[in-house]
Amino acid sequence: MWKYLLPLGVFISLIVLFAVGLNPKRDIHYLPSPLIDKPAPEFTLTDVLDPNRTVSNRALKGHVYLFNVWATWCEACREEQHTLLEIAQQHVVPILGLDWNDQRSAAQEWLRDLGDPYQAVGFDQNGHVAINWGVYGAPETYLVDRKGRILFKHIAPMTMAVWNKQFLPRIEAARRGGA
Amino acid sequence: MRPRATTIGGLLLAAIVSAGIGTAFGALPPGVYVKGELVNPALQSRFEHITRRLRCLVCQNEAIADSDAELAAELRAEVRQMLVAGKSNAQIYGYMKARYGEFVLYDPPVDGKTIFIWGAPFALLLVGAVVIIRVVRARSKMPLDDEPEAGST
Repeated sequence: MWKYLLPLGVFISLIVLFAVGLNPKRDIHYLPSPLIDKPAPEFTLTDVLDPNRTVSNRALKGHVYLFNVWATWCEACREEQHTLLEIAQQHVVPILGLDWNDQRSAAQEWLRDLGDPYQAVGFDQNGHVAINWGVYGAPETYLVDRKGRILFKHIAPMTMAVWNKQFLPRIEAARRGGA
Repeated sequence: MRPRATTIGGLLLAAIVSAGIGTAFGALPPGVYVKGELVNPALQSRFEHITRRLRCLVCQNEAIADSDAELAAELRAEVRQMLVAGKSNAQIYGYMKARYGEFVLYDPPVDGKTIFIWGAPFALLLVGAVVIIRVVRARSKMPLDDEPEAGST
């Protein structure tokens, strides 16, 4: 009996394996961040708009905030900029920006032309802060809670759908839970 | 037929590569590449070893040693800095794993999740051995009538 059941079992498990592994909707570039629920790395950088001022996420301890990684060489970041402006206008959470491996003058021009949704933008010239946050491609948007833990990470341009579905419920839950 | 097969293979490869680039959101910064060898040859050889054991995350089948991606260059620079700062290999792998997950390591540690991957070749070898033994035993019990029947071929 098992002579027939065993090949059938192997066949069925292969079908399941292929259905999951070769599903065209599965994004092979999606990697769960090991930093979820871990403390967000602290950083102090110069302000992209003013090299004499510093930007640090320590100032936002006690607040739920967004951390958005962008750069002027990143076309998808241009795409998400209007979404970030819309989110900023809702005044739900402050948005802290990280200008990753960029040119300061280009970044300043970008913020002037497209609008500035950020409370402040740190200028990460050598990518050290980005690596510390486990960034592997811009744009990426993190949600950090009041205790400074990373609650969620979105890799890809922000959209209002993502904001409403993924971010807002988490922000409300974080505030209700006192975290 | 041979050249044709390689062309198809090449096309397929190109398609796979371009699909990979197309779906990656991760745009890569144009920027600094760290070049030149470390002065200390011991550090340089550790640098070469470590960067071959770390996966490039935007070009997922390359080590960061081989990749031209900017993120790979930044990760190489990070490895260099940590080596110069006197960090051990384990500390460097640990740093990368904490930020990019186990996937960044080409030699994932044996644990509950990876035991299947590490164990599968040995399990298959065992299954193969069992099958061979069974087949050989069954055949050795068969009467010897290997003479081909006339006109059977």
